[in-house]
Amino acid sequence: MSAGGLAIAVQVSRIDTVAANIKRLRLVRPDGKPLPVFSAGAHVIVTMDDDGHRRRNPYSLMSAPHDTSGYDISVLRVAESRGGSAFLHEKLREGDALTISHPVNLFHADKRGRKHILLAGGIGITPFLAMMAEFDRANVAFELHYAMRSRAHGAYWQELVERYGAHRVKLYFSAENDVLPVASLLHNQPLGTHAYVCGPDRMTDFVLRTARECGWPKSNVHSERFLAPISGKAFDAELLRSGIVVRVGDHESILEAVEAAGIDAPYMCRGGACGQCETAVIACNGVLAHHDVYLSEEEKASGRKVMICVSRFDGTKLSLDL
Amino acid sequence: MAIVFRQETFRDDFTYRNSPGNIRRFPFPFDRDEYMYSVNMEPHVHGQAGTVYESLIDVDEHYVAEMHDRALVLKEDPLRYQALPHMMAAQWDTLELLMEEQAAGYPEHFTLIRNSDRWRWINRPLGIDDTFTFGDASTLSCEPFEYITRQAQGDFCIVDQRNDNLWMDAGMVTTQADWSLDFDIGMNFMEWHGPVPLAHQIGVFDRALKFLLNLQLGKPTRRFNWTMTINPRLDTSPENYHKWGPDRTTVTSDNVGEKVHLRVELQSLWRLPRSNAILFVIRCYLISMNELVTVPKWARRLHRVLKTLPSELVDYKGLTRYRDNTITWLSKHDDGAPTSPGIFPD
Amino acid sequence: MLVEGIKSRPVYGGIAIDPCARRHIFALEGEGALALLDQKPALTETMLSRSEVLYVAAGSKGLDHDLALAALKTDRFWQGPTIETLLFRLRGSLSAATMSTRLYISGREGFIGQCMQVATDMGMDFSSIPTEHRGSLARRVQCVHCKGITDDVRTSPFKCSHCGLDLLVRDHYSRRLGAFQGVNIDAEEPGTAPQAEELFA
Repeated sequence: MSAGGLAIAVQVSRIDTVAANIKRLRLVRPDGKPLPVFSAGAHVIVTMDDDGHRRRNPYSLMSAPHDTSGYDISVLRVAESRGGSAFLHEKLREGDALTISHPVNLFHADKRGRKHILLAGGIGITPFLAMMAEFDRANVAFELHYAMRSRAHGAYWQELVERYGAHRVKLYFSAENDVLPVASLLHNQPLGTHAYVCGPDRMTDFVLRTARECGWPKSNVHSERFLAPISGKAFDAELLRSGIVVRVGDHESILEAVEAAGIDAPYMCRGGACGQCETAVIACNGVLAHHDVYLSEEEKASGRKVMICVSRFDGTKLSLDL
Repeated sequence: MAIVFRQETFRDDFTYRNSPGNIRRFPFPFDRDEYMYSVNMEPHVHGQAGTVYESLIDVDEHYVAEMHDRALVLKEDPLRYQALPHMMAAQWDTLELLMEEQAAGYPEHFTLIRNSDRWRWINRPLGIDDTFTFGDASTLSCEPFEYITRQAQGDFCIVDQRNDNLWMDAGMVTTQADWSLDFDIGMNFMEWHGPVPLAHQIGVFDRALKFLLNLQLGKPTRRFNWTMTINPRLDTSPENYHKWGPDRTTVTSDNVGEKVHLRVELQSLWRLPRSNAILFVIRCYLISMNELVTVPKWARRLHRVLKTLPSELVDYKGLTRYRDNTITWLSKHDDGAPTSPGIFPD
Repeated sequence: MLVEGIKSRPVYGGIAIDPCARRHIFALEGEGALALLDQKPALTETMLSRSEVLYVAAGSKGLDHDLALAALKTDRFWQGPTIETLLFRLRGSLSAATMSTRLYISGREGFIGQCMQVATDMGMDFSSIPTEHRGSLARRVQCVHCKGITDDVRTSPFKCSHCGLDLLVRDHYSRRLGAFQGVNIDAEEPGTAPQAEELFA
């Protein structure tokens, strides 16, 4: 068992190109058995073997949560890809094997909500696909507001309008100068409404700020950010408990380098959100570049903790309690 | 092997006893000679045959009698079962988990036949054979969580996860160690643990909460809790404190052996798949001092634990009136020999 | 001063006005009026024109807090004879409220708890509601045995106004019930209840 949880072997049963730069993968168990049911908003960590190089990325589950015959994920080909999305887009073929973690949910709907407003930007649509299936099944009120670059770049918008109706699914294409009217949308919502945002960082920041300016309480605004590990200069990290030094490459996270050295470090989301890979910094001669959303500002400033799935280091010596 | 279910009571004439085989499998909670709070959690995985870890949802010889006692408590006070409206998905998750685990662990007693969402559940010890539609509460005689927890030993709480906290939003609580579901329902993790002394200050709850927020599907965890009870009474609720409280004054140096019981909670915690909630199973085991001292290691160790217990805990656990009598009685079974590590009998 | 360190008791952090809110509803009881009146110098025209004040004088009758509140000239001012009538009115105001409405509650703890019950019932999250404790420290207590609630409890132990048991007031608070927990103090040896001590004046 790996530190990231029980692994499930899956096979890619189908690959579809659903928009420019976006592919949808259907994952099933090779033995035909059902996969676990999951809760909407959950993601899995996909582990891939890229010519002996192990890569791990988180992807939101977008299929209906009660459908246990398979999981669907969508993969955006990231221009600055460190390898994961490029591998899935260019090398992966139908029938290939992958490993996934059990589903983990860091972006659940508040089930007490009387109405749910979903704000999606681009590939951020994926967790909402599962949420809408769940809301629809339970007869819960929801609206989707979905911003995309263009009709060609956006995925799934046609089928969503067909399935849920134009009164519940509103589309905004920036190529056509449509702007998602966040402020006017958030005014006049009845008590008990919850808003959710998933999209690029700027969009998330904008929605959170606007909600605040509209007088919304924090407890009713939810966001999911998956932070891909950021590339940077290569550096060495000393692992005190293991008694070794690992080289963290420019396109590699500390966690990946540690795993490549055969050390089983704990992790869960691999996106700087869950806190599982929190690691104590014993010595640091240089600057930690914190990229997570888990540690508080004080903890980041203290320099005593680092989330090794996304954060980096620039300096001469970094010693970790690993 | 089929379990022989005992006919016994947990009230009035208190005929509850453990068979010799059941004493050997009692989950003795102390792995050393003194006790202090800690985040004592470990993976809830299958253990050896003949222990309470053999099945992840344990069923023992007291099953039928405990379910009967639960029905009596609910008849008197229906508020011992409550679920807030947003917990319906978690109710079904719980029903599935308990049916699957009981059927897997005890196929001679329980059978679950799933045909898409049409399910048939056979519970032979209680004489139940029901067919229902999974996900449609109108096809069961009561809410799914109540339905299945009337057929499973232990108390059950379901906690919802939101805003980086856990909220106790549903429960079936009839065998509790002096806390009230009706009062605590809706509270968050820190609030419902509010009255526990000492543990807050040493950060036990902060660490436990952080750990549980990350609890993963398919990786349940467990911990022990314990207290002591006079007479083998399951329902030691605050609601009925004025009825069972006087029992504490009935302990004399002569009757410790049959009156005083060690009460152990084996708590297991499970992430639920559809709801992302967490199920707390609080499985209660009772053993009289007479039964306990048939295992010499446990007699020595409990004696030492009680002697060194901090006074705040003596108070909180309600042991004040009978601790001294119990220590004196147990001292006759403690020759001062060292005890072996771990919780199991030698 | 309120007793510190009760984990289950809400934190009454003060009713600082949220400048972002589009509408402000103030539910005030007795000395709770002062929690708003003390902020008078900082209240702007815009804030007042967006505000609705609901007030019950309760134990502060005759102190003219109602006149001072009326003089603020908020968009709406309503005064009721009892807490019960205020709760009814609050429910009505909240039924037309939006996510941009902020509710502020100030008064005795029992009053705060009861308004909070109405607000959460209407779909508000308790964490979004600023509260301020003003006035006496008397507690609202639920008897764990008969479930009856007794208001304005000043001593511990006290006699349950419903079932008559002598109750110890525990430092354990339920937001859902808006009350502290009362547990029979002489359950183990009936008739041995100690003298009532005035703890919550």
